[in-house]
Amino acid sequence: MNGSVRHLLGIEDLPARDIVQFLDTAEVFFGVSTRRVRKVPTLRGKTVINLFFEASTRTRTSFEIAGKRLSADVVNISVSTSSVSKGETLLDTVKNLEAMHPDVIVVRHSASGAPHFIARHTHAGVVNAGDGMHEHPTQALLDAFTIRRAKGHIADLVVTISGDIAHSRVARSNALLLTRLGAKVRVCAPRTLLPAGLEQYGVEVFDALGPAVEGADVVMMLRIQHERLTEALIPSTREYARTFGLNRAMLARAKPDAIVMHPGPMNRGVEIDADVADGPRSVILDQVEAGVAVRMAVLYLLAAEAGQSPLA
Amino acid sequence: MPGVTRTVLRGGRVIDPSTGRDEVADVIIEGEIIVTVGPMAAAGVKDDERDTVIIDCVGRWVTPGFVDLHTHLREPGLEYKEDIASGTRAAAAGGFTTVCAMPNTKPVNDNRAITEMMVAKGRSHGLVNVHPIGAITRGLAGKELAEMADLRAAGCVAVSDDGRCVSDAGVMRRALEYARTFGLVVVQHAEDHGLTAGAQMHEGRVSTRLGLKGWPRVAEDHIVARDIMLAQTTGASYHVAHASTAGSAALVREAKSRGMAVTAEVTPHHLTLTDEAVLGYNTACKVNPPLREQSDVDAMIDALAEGTIDCVATDHAPHAEREKDCEFAEAPPGMLGLETCLPLLLGLVQKRRITANRVIESLTTSPAKVFGLRVPSMREGSRADVVVIDPECVWTVTAKRMQSKSKNSPFEGWSVTGRVERTFVAGREVYRHAGEGV
Repeated sequence: MNGSVRHLLGIEDLPARDIVQFLDTAEVFFGVSTRRVRKVPTLRGKTVINLFFEASTRTRTSFEIAGKRLSADVVNISVSTSSVSKGETLLDTVKNLEAMHPDVIVVRHSASGAPHFIARHTHAGVVNAGDGMHEHPTQALLDAFTIRRAKGHIADLVVTISGDIAHSRVARSNALLLTRLGAKVRVCAPRTLLPAGLEQYGVEVFDALGPAVEGADVVMMLRIQHERLTEALIPSTREYARTFGLNRAMLARAKPDAIVMHPGPMNRGVEIDADVADGPRSVILDQVEAGVAVRMAVLYLLAAEAGQSPLA
Repeated sequence: MPGVTRTVLRGGRVIDPSTGRDEVADVIIEGEIIVTVGPMAAAGVKDDERDTVIIDCVGRWVTPGFVDLHTHLREPGLEYKEDIASGTRAAAAGGFTTVCAMPNTKPVNDNRAITEMMVAKGRSHGLVNVHPIGAITRGLAGKELAEMADLRAAGCVAVSDDGRCVSDAGVMRRALEYARTFGLVVVQHAEDHGLTAGAQMHEGRVSTRLGLKGWPRVAEDHIVARDIMLAQTTGASYHVAHASTAGSAALVREAKSRGMAVTAEVTPHHLTLTDEAVLGYNTACKVNPPLREQSDVDAMIDALAEGTIDCVATDHAPHAEREKDCEFAEAPPGMLGLETCLPLLLGLVQKRRITANRVIESLTTSPAKVFGLRVPSMREGSRADVVVIDPECVWTVTAKRMQSKSKNSPFEGWSVTGRVERTFVAGREVYRHAGEGV
């Protein structure tokens, strides 16, 4: 990379070799966050714009800290509405930002494909920080980073992803990335929360969480959003918790050293019980920690000058 | 060409589905009328005769003018996308001598005043024949019936709420009954909106890959099934607009086998493109109903070839560039159709999926019969709505060179074979290829 990858729009077009380079580079940055001085001069003079059209605390903060620890100038823009009828068009927003010569635009948007649209209209590198129901590539990278740190490898691991697969960009990016690195991915959800054409991802589909978790190395739970009730996709969070929620008894069916993941924000007591989320097998906060290192790696690989080393 | 009263189309292959004629013949047009058709019929005509133009048509096809049952001319109200003048220029360039204009204008064509305005503007500004289609319900809202007797009297040739489905079965039943009273065909945009909330494209592998909400086939199929039952109950004439699924084709086939007055159209894009064209979030390929899968495309081609699907209709839907240059979810559905229709169909002929004669029939006789319009014909004494086609010409689709005001063609850059060379409406040349509209 360092010039070969201009944007990070999704995992779909990312070869395994590039994925591994992102992960290996993140290892280099991982230590920076625990130093006494948590800053390296790598991206001094570079401008990173966090352009968020959807509310986000975790991801936006993670990108902001990642940029700052690399000494980039980081600007956060939160746009409350992405509706053309109410505000400026996305094209005009991008043209205005483009006129200020950013090096990287990190974008989150409720419309699938919005980062791709922006990438067509800017010279800056574009990082997809979550677009609609499409992809969330840095989340998949930080999840893979966390798994690799915990398990030493990814190939041949059994990874169970359970939750709202149909609407989840995290599920898509993770299914793509983990299968590409050789993991065996299982997905589990009521049929209302499974998308059409799931077989193309090479994942195994389960109707019940027990068999899905059986012998798993990694159990990844996804958030259930309240609007899924009004859309007649699930009848109640109570029933969901009882049939698809991860509790201690359910987790006991996984491998003894299985880890539990969640991209957040969690609904404790719905898709995951508090004692599992806070328990010894949980790596949920490790994921958050990994997020900063992975995003530093992404910003570095997209924005650093050719030949620029990561830490200097 | 002032003063010219006689046009001789010499030596072309005359393909006329209305008479079954398919032979090399001369055609002589005088004034508005085809006066003579036959092999060597113009052998004695010399090119220095006064008021006569002789056009060498050797190697060309000469056919009746095309009829489009599904055109969005956008006037009144949306003239920044298209208007009657530009839309009929596009029609002429595509070989269409008659277009039926959908009522989703601003205001909606649900009343006599709008219909009369469209008819008048069609006469004064239109290069080709313009027939309005009236709304089924007021404001396309799906609740109260539009004044169909008035619409009919003012010139509407059918009724449709195109863009919206008449969802309520009770309203649809009454619409079919009422329309039958006045001999109007009811054209349904078959889409169960309850199954397509937020839908951006066909539901399947590609929609999941792109993270776009899907429009499942069943949303079309079950409306067509219901409507066929309602049409049977009411005895009305029912037409399926832009059929896109193997399922709705099968339903129409079954209804026809029982002798019902059920007809259907298919668009050129549903015969040639699949949902894979949307990859990369290509907003030019966003259309409603959406581009489906190869199995559907194959089923639609077969259904057209065998006559289950009566005709091809373009669903020509111009949108301004700025409206399509945005995130996929914000882009309006629709694509240009008039100027690429013929070559796309000839591509299917080249692949031996359908015969040339059936293609010409599906653009002329068949659509005219669906709405009960005058059947365009090369018969002597017929009005001279005629197209001259170069079936061999290979060219590249370039939206910038099109006659339409808008440029939203999904076929940009395609190399296609066959093009319209000249179009005559009532004996007057309204289009000639090479840029110079006459």
